[in-house]
Amino acid sequence: MIRMENVTKAFGDNHVLQGMNLEIPKGTSMVIIGGSGTGKSVALKCILGLIQPDSGKIYVDGKDAQKGDRDAFLARFGMLFQGGALFDSLPIWQNVAFRLLRGPLKRPADYAREIAIDKLRRVGLRAKVADLYPSELSGGMQKRVGLARAIAADPEIIFFDEPTTGLDPIMSGVINDLIREIVTEMGATAMTITHDMSSVRAIADNVAMLHDGVIQWTGPVGQMDASGDPYVEQFISGSAEGPIEAVR
Amino acid sequence: MNPIAALGGLGRTILGLFAAFGRVTLFALDALSHIFRPPFYPREFGIALLNIGWLSLPVVGLTAIFTGGALALQIYAGGARFNAEAVVPQIVAIGMVRELGPVLVGLMIAARVTSSIAAEIATMKVTEQIDALVTLSTHPMKYLTAPRVLAALITVPALVAVGDIIGIAGGYTVATQNLGFNPAAYLKNTVDFLETRDIVSSLVKGAAFGMIAAIMGCYYGMNSGRGAQGVGRATKGSVEAAAVLILAANFVLTGVFFSL
Repeated sequence: MIRMENVTKAFGDNHVLQGMNLEIPKGTSMVIIGGSGTGKSVALKCILGLIQPDSGKIYVDGKDAQKGDRDAFLARFGMLFQGGALFDSLPIWQNVAFRLLRGPLKRPADYAREIAIDKLRRVGLRAKVADLYPSELSGGMQKRVGLARAIAADPEIIFFDEPTTGLDPIMSGVINDLIREIVTEMGATAMTITHDMSSVRAIADNVAMLHDGVIQWTGPVGQMDASGDPYVEQFISGSAEGPIEAVR
Repeated sequence: MNPIAALGGLGRTILGLFAAFGRVTLFALDALSHIFRPPFYPREFGIALLNIGWLSLPVVGLTAIFTGGALALQIYAGGARFNAEAVVPQIVAIGMVRELGPVLVGLMIAARVTSSIAAEIATMKVTEQIDALVTLSTHPMKYLTAPRVLAALITVPALVAVGDIIGIAGGYTVATQNLGFNPAAYLKNTVDFLETRDIVSSLVKGAAFGMIAAIMGCYYGMNSGRGAQGVGRATKGSVEAAAVLILAANFVLTGVFFSL
C-alpha cells in the first residue's frame, strides 16, 4: 500500500502540493486526474524520491519511503515516463533490459535479451524491433517499449505518467488495454496520472482528483460520474464553467 | 543611483559567484569520489575513452601541427631582429610542451568534448532520461559523470603528449623545409633543451584540463534548464566556464611548476 500524508512541495512561490493525502491499496490501480500544472507529476516523483517533499510523509507498505535502502526501494518500482524517456544511445532490447544488464539484478546478456524480447512481445512488438534504436520508432512504439521496460523486472508497483499523451485514439486505446491487462496479470499496484478520461475508465479501480495542491475527491471509478464533486464534474464534462479556472 | 542599492547588488553578485564556486566544487568532489566507488560501468567508460580520446585526435593533431609551424616562423622572424634565428628548435619545443600544447589541446577539448557532454546530458535531463536512470536503480553520477571524468583524466594528458610531439614536428617541418635548418641538428637541439619538468608539467596540465573539461560538461548538463533553450544555455555555459577555468588553471600550474 502507498500512503501520502500531508505532503507539501513548493517551487519558489508556486505551492504545488499543499497537504496532499492519498492511499493506494495494494494490488489496485489508482488514477490521478487533474489539470495541467496541478502537481500530478510532482506527487508521483515525490513517491519515487526524484523530488524531495518539503513536508509530510510517504509510506510504502508501512515503511517511510525516504528512509532505508534506496536501491532495494527502487527495485520494487517500474515507471512509464510521459515521453518514454528511452536511452537514445542504446538499442531497444538494452533499454528494456537495462536493469537486468547492470546492478544487483544483473543477468547474463543472452538471458537479459531473451527477457527483453519476451516483454516486447507482451506489449505487441515484434522481436525484430529489439535491435533498432529509439529514434527509429514511432511515438506509439516508443510508449510500448517504455511499458516493456517498466515491467521488465516484474515490479510490484508501476507508475504511468500520462501514458497516452501524444497518441492517436486507436493507439491510446491499445496502450490503455495493455496497461490494464498487465497490471491485472502481474497483480501490481499501479498509479497513473492522466487527463485522458478514456484512460481513466480503462485503467482505474479508483480515481483521485487533484486540484489546488490537495485531493478534492477520491473514490471508485464506478462512482466517478455520480460523485457530486464540482471539480470532478467539471473535469469530466470539460466545461470552462466551474471551480477550476480555465485560465491558469 | 542609491549607493546602498548599488553596494547590495555588488554583494549579491559576489555571493552568487562564491555560491556557484561552492556548487561546482561539491559537484567535482562528488564526481571524483564516484570514480572509486562501485558499481563501475566499464562499457560507458570505454565509450567515453573513444569519444574523448581517440575521436579528438584529428582536431588535436591539426591544431598542433599548424601551431608548431606558425611558431617556428614567428620565432625565426622575431629572432632575426637580434641575430638569434638559431633558437627556433629550443623555443618551439619549450613553447609547445610547456604552454601551447596543453592549453590548445585543453581549449579544443573544451570546444569538442565539454559541449558534447553538456548537450548530451542536458538533453537526457529534459527528456526525463536522468529520472529514468534513477528509477532503474542507476546513479546518474556513477553512470554518466564518473566514466567521462575518468576517461578525460586519462586521455587528455595522452592527447597533450601527442599534441606536443605533432607541434614540434610542425616546427621541425617548417624549419627544415623553409628556413634552412639542418634536420639532425634541429632534433638534437630539441631533445637536449627539454627537461623532465617541462614534460611532467605538460602532462599534469593535461590531466587538470581534462578533468575541468569533463566536470564542467557534466555539471552544466545535470543542471540544465528546461527545453531547447535550457540545453543551449547549458552547452554555451559549459564551454565558457571550461575555457576560462582551463586558462586560469594554466596560470596557476605554470606558477607552481616554474616560479617556485
